[in-house]
Amino acid sequence: MSLAREFMDMAIFLAFIIVGLAQVLAMIRLVIGPGTVDRILALDTMVINAIGLIVLLGVSQGTRIYFEVTLIFAMFGFVSTVAYARYVLRGDIIE
Amino acid sequence: MTLEILAPYVIGLCLLFGAVFMLIGSIALLRFKDTMTRLHGPTKASTLGVGALLFGSMLYSEVFGAGWSIHEILIIAFLFVTAPIAANFLAKVAIHKGTCETPPKPSSDTTWATLKAPEDDSDGAQAKQG
Repeated sequence: MSLAREFMDMAIFLAFIIVGLAQVLAMIRLVIGPGTVDRILALDTMVINAIGLIVLLGVSQGTRIYFEVTLIFAMFGFVSTVAYARYVLRGDIIE
Repeated sequence: MTLEILAPYVIGLCLLFGAVFMLIGSIALLRFKDTMTRLHGPTKASTLGVGALLFGSMLYSEVFGAGWSIHEILIIAFLFVTAPIAANFLAKVAIHKGTCETPPKPSSDTTWATLKAPEDDSDGAQAKQG
């Protein structure tokens, strides 16, 4: 019982480190990205990784209070990606 | 009883699987050479990575919390619906900006819609036509 619990705590800890590393790699692409598309894509990936981090935070604290945050963050990330893309494509967001 | 012993292993494996897939997506974003190939990498992180993380979270709240929660399925469904739309928009931006090789012309139309010069739909043009 306690061995299983220990394994899960270790897995949550490792997952935090791995997703944080993924976030740093995406941020490097955001800084060095040669074009506009790469930067928008890196921001989109960072939002996805942030959603993963928030989910991991909810699991590690054993609470369900972060799910609304996650949902709102997913919507926010999608809308911001589409807004960036439309701004580059059309020169305007809402015509 | 068996569920309570086995569930933490399954939850931990789900979380590790999702986290590793997110790392793979970010490595792909950093290492690939072309814009269009870079577009391909993070979609795995946004579907399989977040999906496995949320599945682990769902199992956790079923075993240790207060029953099944429907929020995670909502988040997974939203991400699965919106990820292709965002990728399509980004591919259009890449074609539009010329950062990738322009794909061969479509057979039926003259050129791709995103490369077409915008028609003048201001009031002056309409007044000229009318």
